[in-house]
Amino acid sequence: MDKYNLFEKILIYSGILVFMTFILLPFVEMFYASLRPLDHLFRSPYQFYSDDLSFWAYQEMWNTVPMLGRYIFNSFFLASCVAILTLIFVIPAAYAYARFKFPAKNTSLYLLLAINMFSGAVILIPLYKLLRTLGLLNSYQSMIIPGVAFLIPTSIWLLKSYFEKIPIDLEEAAFVDGASRVQILRHIIAPLSTPGLVVVGIYAFIGAYAQQFLFAITFNQKKEYMPIPTGLYEFIGYQSVKWNEMMAAALVGMLPVLLLFIFLQKYIVEGLTAGAVKN
Amino acid sequence: MAYALIAPAAIYIILIVAWPLLETIRLSFTNSSLAGEDYVGLENYQKMFSSKKFNGIVTRTFVWMFFSVSLKLIIGLIGAVLLNANLKGRSIFRVLVMPPWVVPIAIGMLGWLWLYNGYFGIIAGVGMRTGILDGPFGFLAYKQSAFISTIVADVWVGTPMVTVFFLAAMQGVPRDLYEAAYCDGASRWDRFFKITLPQITPVIITMSLLSAIWTFNSFEIIWILTEGGPRGSTTTLIIDTYKQALGNYKFGRGAARAVVVMILLMLFAGFYLALLARINKKISHG
Repeated sequence: MDKYNLFEKILIYSGILVFMTFILLPFVEMFYASLRPLDHLFRSPYQFYSDDLSFWAYQEMWNTVPMLGRYIFNSFFLASCVAILTLIFVIPAAYAYARFKFPAKNTSLYLLLAINMFSGAVILIPLYKLLRTLGLLNSYQSMIIPGVAFLIPTSIWLLKSYFEKIPIDLEEAAFVDGASRVQILRHIIAPLSTPGLVVVGIYAFIGAYAQQFLFAITFNQKKEYMPIPTGLYEFIGYQSVKWNEMMAAALVGMLPVLLLFIFLQKYIVEGLTAGAVKN
Repeated sequence: MAYALIAPAAIYIILIVAWPLLETIRLSFTNSSLAGEDYVGLENYQKMFSSKKFNGIVTRTFVWMFFSVSLKLIIGLIGAVLLNANLKGRSIFRVLVMPPWVVPIAIGMLGWLWLYNGYFGIIAGVGMRTGILDGPFGFLAYKQSAFISTIVADVWVGTPMVTVFFLAAMQGVPRDLYEAAYCDGASRWDRFFKITLPQITPVIITMSLLSAIWTFNSFEIIWILTEGGPRGSTTTLIIDTYKQALGNYKFGRGAARAVVVMILLMLFAGFYLALLARINKKISHG
């Protein structure tokens, strides 16, 4: 195939530069702001240069918002609970979809896809009333319960495709040897599908971490259960917004999911785009 | 057997998603609030549809959506083409494009709040220094600029996913098609318009619909940047539904709006699933 000439290379790289600037500018500017002293940030018009950059905001933020550590813990805790519960519900269902033929199989799979299209916002009212009746408002459960529901559909689809890759002969051999379905699931499917389970678990964790905001502002008013996406807005409540500390805290808050994702992006993207590529 | 394995997930979904959907429809015929509820028939709907404000909100939702989705698709397609070019560093760029998609939206929006800051933000700063702006300008404080600013932030969140899917589709195009075309002397443009584009059209169509659905559902971005303001200029259907239902605890009125949202989403979902079925059919029949 033909190679790019110099002119084309320059053209493509400048295109990439513009594109990447749009994508990354908020992050770069957040990081830069987190390193600058507050009085440099409060200059108008914007100053591009600061000579005394430091990580001071990363220490000070814990004093400005004393509960910050708790918020980060809450986010982790909530996302882990949601991910584990999602896996518990999804593993048997995904296995059934991968291995059995039954009436309404395809219909129900597409119904699952349709659920993905409903935002949480349309079902918030009954959920609010339900959680209120059960006395679960302002608790961890109020954010975990709806969180799981919205991760089940995609997780079933993802895990189903992993299960389908496991050769059915293995199971049939075990079946002939008298192993039960549960034994097959435990001794053959589970070990072979560990990579898939890890990827789906991490997908659920990232998803749960990302979707906390809506459920948190709607169902929880208690500070001690607040996850980081809502907790961060406490920085705005002060007389003058400490932008540098808020940006530092925001970066710390997004770091876990970012690292997990970059680590496993290949697998997650492969799983999510599989349909798009094959079709 | 299969049903027993699916049952837990199915029951969970029915309780937490399906039942609330039906309950929302029932509530829309009541004046439900924290105090209690009475059946009021179609009153919520009559009030809603006769209010000029609500009709404005519906129109605004579709305008906002149209611009946001078009921009995501155009920028996503250009981005995918650029990152598909066989040049050094492309694997790094492919990872670097993803953060806006992965990071919690509520946290990413803090960055945009800072960028849009009228006095100290970098965008206003560049504007002032180049003389485009003659003073501080709060992008989220005026009707038109807030409308555009929320769209830009929404495009920022949505573009990475579109790009990644388009890229995956482009990679899936059989290489021999390109090689054959190259041997026949087709230029790079020809190969793009006659091979790549037709080959990825199914993905483009699917992504347009999916993207339309997600954009329609977009809540956090607008809520955080403007809460639907100033003076309602960024209030979309979802924002309005949320405000009515959980801002004022007027569950009945909120539910009526949620039903409108639901019907529109079902139309989108219907289109999407019909399309998916057609594409799959076409592929299995060659």
